[in-house]
Amino acid sequence: MVSIKLVNISKKGIRKKILENISFTVNDKELFVINGPPGAGKTTLLKIIAGLIAPDEGDIFIGEKRVNDVPANERGVGMLFETPAIYPNLTGFDNIAFPLRIKKVPEDEIKKKVKEVADFLQISHLLNRKPNTYSGGELQRVALARVLVRTPSILLLDEPLKNLDAKIRESMRVELKRLQRELGITTIFATHDQLEALTIGDRIAVINEGIIHQIDIPENVYNYPKTVFTARFIGSPPINLIECTLEKKDKKCILKTSEFNFDFTEHMKLFENYEVGHKFLLGIRPENIILHKDLEKATGIIGTIQLIENVGDEKIISIKIDDKVLTSIVGKEVILDYGQKVCVEINMDKIHIFDMENNKSIL
Amino acid sequence: MAKLFVKNLRKVFGELEAVKGISFNVDEKETLCLLGPSGCGKTTTLRCIAGLEIPTSGEIYINSTLINDLPPQKRGIGLVFQDYAVFPHMTVYDNLAFGLQVRKMEKSKIDSKVKEIARLLDLENVLQRYAKRLSLSEIQRVAIGRAIAVDPEILLLDEPLSNLDARTREKMRTELKEIQMKVGITSVYVTHDQLEAMTLADRIAVMNNGLIEQIGKPSEIYDNPKTLFVARFIGTPSMNFIDCSFIEKNGKAIIDASEFYLDVSDISSIIKEKSTTSELILGCRSEDIIIETKKTSPDSIEVEVKFIENLGAKSIYHLGIGEKRILVKTHIIPGIKIGSKVWILFNKNKIHLFDKKTNLAII
Repeated sequence: MVSIKLVNISKKGIRKKILENISFTVNDKELFVINGPPGAGKTTLLKIIAGLIAPDEGDIFIGEKRVNDVPANERGVGMLFETPAIYPNLTGFDNIAFPLRIKKVPEDEIKKKVKEVADFLQISHLLNRKPNTYSGGELQRVALARVLVRTPSILLLDEPLKNLDAKIRESMRVELKRLQRELGITTIFATHDQLEALTIGDRIAVINEGIIHQIDIPENVYNYPKTVFTARFIGSPPINLIECTLEKKDKKCILKTSEFNFDFTEHMKLFENYEVGHKFLLGIRPENIILHKDLEKATGIIGTIQLIENVGDEKIISIKIDDKVLTSIVGKEVILDYGQKVCVEINMDKIHIFDMENNKSIL
Repeated sequence: MAKLFVKNLRKVFGELEAVKGISFNVDEKETLCLLGPSGCGKTTTLRCIAGLEIPTSGEIYINSTLINDLPPQKRGIGLVFQDYAVFPHMTVYDNLAFGLQVRKMEKSKIDSKVKEIARLLDLENVLQRYAKRLSLSEIQRVAIGRAIAVDPEILLLDEPLSNLDARTREKMRTELKEIQMKVGITSVYVTHDQLEAMTLADRIAVMNNGLIEQIGKPSEIYDNPKTLFVARFIGTPSMNFIDCSFIEKNGKAIIDASEFYLDVSDISSIIKEKSTTSELILGCRSEDIIIETKKTSPDSIEVEVKFIENLGAKSIYHLGIGEKRILVKTHIIPGIKIGSKVWILFNKNKIHLFDKKTNLAII
């Protein structure tokens, strides 16, 4: 049973705070993803857990034990970096055996352990070869083997897939998740890629500028974003955000933009505490914007197709309505043309509403 | 406006034949993508067109002019590099004017040209700003602006988006597409990212091992791949491939994948005509397979859910049948968990068959 617990971790940089009051618990055997843009503080956070950087404030627990004062090499942490630091002049075997040789483990035991971990990661064929003959995916696996051979009690992965080709990244993603399950090792995985986070995380912590915006399971981070940042960061193509103003009259409650009127009379309660004229951001995911080609039958707003991006199984459509551009997504079988007029219908059940004063969801 | 013709282009580096005799043309105002994995010869081809490499054999024409022996600066080519290479210590104005000053154009002419480009690419407000203080989107526009300021016949782009993080790449891709539509210049675009090629190209040339495997519109390449390599390289997740054999008995033609079979009597004559062996590979895109929670047809195949990748609006279901894995990308189906038994149904109009010996598509 190895859990990781952070309590109010803060770290100052030269000019600004890198991390501010970070608290979370990673459960035993969980794959916990830290997801945020470059510069959000992900790597600093991992290095603090690993013991490579000391926090200014806060406590770190691994299992039951507070480890703030335990040196890095005694924390039982295995860390894999973005660029695998593999020695180019050593064979796969010697690379993986390296940390054991430093610990002066007997040579026959080293052999046994390296073989075991190589079998598990399916890299036995690489043991006698040098790294310059490896592919990107193989290099990453050898680096992981060198981390695992020390049988760490927790695993920290810092953007391990970032430098791989798109195709290999896709398959490595699934493989990493499988390995983590089979090993049953508590893992924190840092990435800037929201798709990676959604696909492999048991839970995701969305982080930006040193502040955690939301911690939840992938479904909830996508479907119930708590802040504008989370809504914008998670999801591809990105969510549509429309600025609008509250209007209340004749017992009606309307969010108004120059192009749209969204009637929220049924959900009047949500807006009880807000004054007329308050600004909100409406968030609508592209799949909840439905396009109708038949302009006469449908009710909605008419827009013009400005851009079509064919991504294979789907098409991403940009629709221009006056000055606004909305993004929708349709199946590959739907045929649309540049300049074509379409009727835009919004699935109001799936809409998100954010208060523009604090950028938080009011739902 | 210019057309580009490449005929039997070969380039040999010592023992390595990087480009093995390829031919293609690019029409007026067309964008052709050279797409392939690292080492396929795409960048070498681009460098030959730019004049940075001398072809071992073959001819390159712009319209009717053979440019093989022209130095790079006389070819009428604009080049946008991987990292943009915008001069950080110069203002946007000076960056845009650079190529014109080198060509010793009159000052007043340079001024009007720079202003014209700035207007086209929406850089008018930042003309006096230093490049190091620009946003990425502005840097991309400056790089393109500098390349097109000299009125090139052909624009060459070498993986301009490859160093960006996922979220930014997505945004810049859409922007690049918009710029492209505005500028309307004959272009060759090199990338290893199939998604970029799908969305930005008018036509794609898929390269592998120094040869072009297929040239066509993005939708043709996606829907009708001519080789196994093209089928595997285009599309995410990768197309499902299942080894099978073609068998005729009792007047029926089936493809037998040992755990299941498909009746292909209606296309048996095509299969017999085009195949060189009875050993085939069945290919089916992950969105062309339907998941059923109840068996609805005799063709439904029972499978077990092994893994689920959450993509936000959709999920990729990894389904197991015997040792085989089949990936299905579809909207999230409530109630399906890892370990669930479900049925799948292939969309028979959308299946592909490949000859296992030649790796060529049969249908």
